[in-house]
Amino acid sequence: MGIKILTEHIGKEDLKPIDAYMKYGGYTAVKKALTSMSPDAIVEEVKKSGLRGRGGAGFPTGMKWSFLAKPEGKPRYLVCNADESEPGTFKDRYLMMHSPHTLIEGMIVSSFALGANTSYIYVRGEMMFVIRILEKAIAEAYAKGLLGKNILGSGYNLDLYVHPGGGAYICGEETALLESLEGKRGNPRNKPPFPAVSGLYACPTVVNNVESIAATSWIINNGGDEYAKIGIGKSTGTKLISACGNINNPGVYEIELGLSVEEFLYSDQYCGGIANGKKLKALVAGGSSVPILPANLITKTANGESRLMSYESLSDGGFATGTMLGSGGFIVFDEDQCIVRNTWNFTRFYHHESCGQCSPCREGTGWMEKVLHRIEHGHGHMHDIDLLVDVAKKIEGNTICPLGDAAAWPVGSAIRHFRDEFEWHIKNPSEATRKGAVYRKEAVFA
Amino acid sequence: MTEVNTPEKVEFSPETLKKAQEIIARYPEGRQKSALLPVLHLAQNEWNWLSAPVMDYVAGLLSIQPIEVYEVATFYTMFQIEPVGKYVLEVCRTGPCCLRGAENIIDYLENKLGTKVGGTTTDGLFTLKTVECLAACGFAPVLQVRLKKEDGNYIYYENLTPEKIDNLIATEWV
Repeated sequence: MGIKILTEHIGKEDLKPIDAYMKYGGYTAVKKALTSMSPDAIVEEVKKSGLRGRGGAGFPTGMKWSFLAKPEGKPRYLVCNADESEPGTFKDRYLMMHSPHTLIEGMIVSSFALGANTSYIYVRGEMMFVIRILEKAIAEAYAKGLLGKNILGSGYNLDLYVHPGGGAYICGEETALLESLEGKRGNPRNKPPFPAVSGLYACPTVVNNVESIAATSWIINNGGDEYAKIGIGKSTGTKLISACGNINNPGVYEIELGLSVEEFLYSDQYCGGIANGKKLKALVAGGSSVPILPANLITKTANGESRLMSYESLSDGGFATGTMLGSGGFIVFDEDQCIVRNTWNFTRFYHHESCGQCSPCREGTGWMEKVLHRIEHGHGHMHDIDLLVDVAKKIEGNTICPLGDAAAWPVGSAIRHFRDEFEWHIKNPSEATRKGAVYRKEAVFA
Repeated sequence: MTEVNTPEKVEFSPETLKKAQEIIARYPEGRQKSALLPVLHLAQNEWNWLSAPVMDYVAGLLSIQPIEVYEVATFYTMFQIEPVGKYVLEVCRTGPCCLRGAENIIDYLENKLGTKVGGTTTDGLFTLKTVECLAACGFAPVLQVRLKKEDGNYIYYENLTPEKIDNLIATEWV
């Protein structure tokens, strides 16, 4: 089993009490950072680590930090994105539930590096139980002098608050999240200006995912170079993968990037293979937004190389034969699942969650949902397939935020890889709408 | 909007008001509007749903216009802007949950409660709704329920089966 840096001590005992967390070396990064390092030195270590944003985009965290504007007289903010709402993704929730101080420690170190004196953790409102855990942990950190005024005698002040969302997928997009944090509807903002220049309350702001922030403590303790040794190539470090769908062991696993997809999927220490002895039909490797791949393209690339759990390997072949690591939401489909039904389901999700600001997304997701609904329910026409491709293409790249792309990709990839299944639905409406009926083409199973 | 459940005098209890003021203090001066989502959660916990008088009260508390509250309350799915039952059962209907039988659970609840998705049982105990992904995909099927507690709380019920639902209806959601 590979190295674990975020979840190493989870399961040994309840890590929610601060004393338990400190027993395993918790908060040493805060001490090291605040008493012996300059903010710039911390940013430098994070840059060296090669850490990439764990929310889905994979943008280098250190670089994002270095873009932060530092005008005189304006406060700067760090906002943690804990809005985890991407279908298939439940990794941040796992970390916050079991080891809330890992996030809080990372927030202190990162806020210090960025010169933020007030920071917020934006948690989706449904996870009220996580909010309670975090609030309790934050109160403990204040009591130990790890938050508040003059932390550990360093002269650095930080106040940290948890902010609940209200139920909106779009608030996982960073500018929508900032709008929401300001008490408004979650409508993404036009960029530029980027949050690094004009974010929360029009002040310079960094928004980072839970997992990215949590990783910074280890980087401070061990150095960016050590972190960069973990993983493979430009996919450094570890990644939390939340595995779900038709597998034997659904759950959250911390893996070293570069593990083979095959091992992750079939090894008993991870997913444990497909449930009920069935065959693998398809897989969505990084949350509902990334392209779906048929079984024959998920464990091997189009060139026949072993596919790895890394940013580069999963995207090998581009969208023609590859996908993305995304948020690490690993959704497994067995041979009895219907791709058309799932594509309709995902599209309904994006239609429901579209904020309505941009017409291509607002209207396009609705049209795709309707067309997919009629194919799934036995009323499709052959030209509907190309119609879907056309609508998806016209949404992609034509919206303020990436929700449009996220809605287009599942549709485009499902048709690219499972076009015959769509055709079968249209040609055989009475068979396709029979409960439990599913299209089978042995070639795609693995 | 019907006036069911709408209290005559809309005002937080002293404890809730204190909590609301603590929340408002988390944000910089002049940015009290930031407290809107957390304060709406408090209000929903107090009155079960957000009627227009409740939203107007929240607007007053935050010194913002009522429309600023309405536009937010109608945007976010957690806020109930129509009267609902004592327990709002919100079942996840998104892909990963469906791979593990969410559609059967929704059918089962419709039959068991005798109401369609979106409806409320005649005794006013349950409202049945579907929601999108709750970040519980590994423990599907899942539903969430808000239980009226001191400052409100949402509970996830995971790995649902018909038997589990029967048991919850008989013993927990009463």
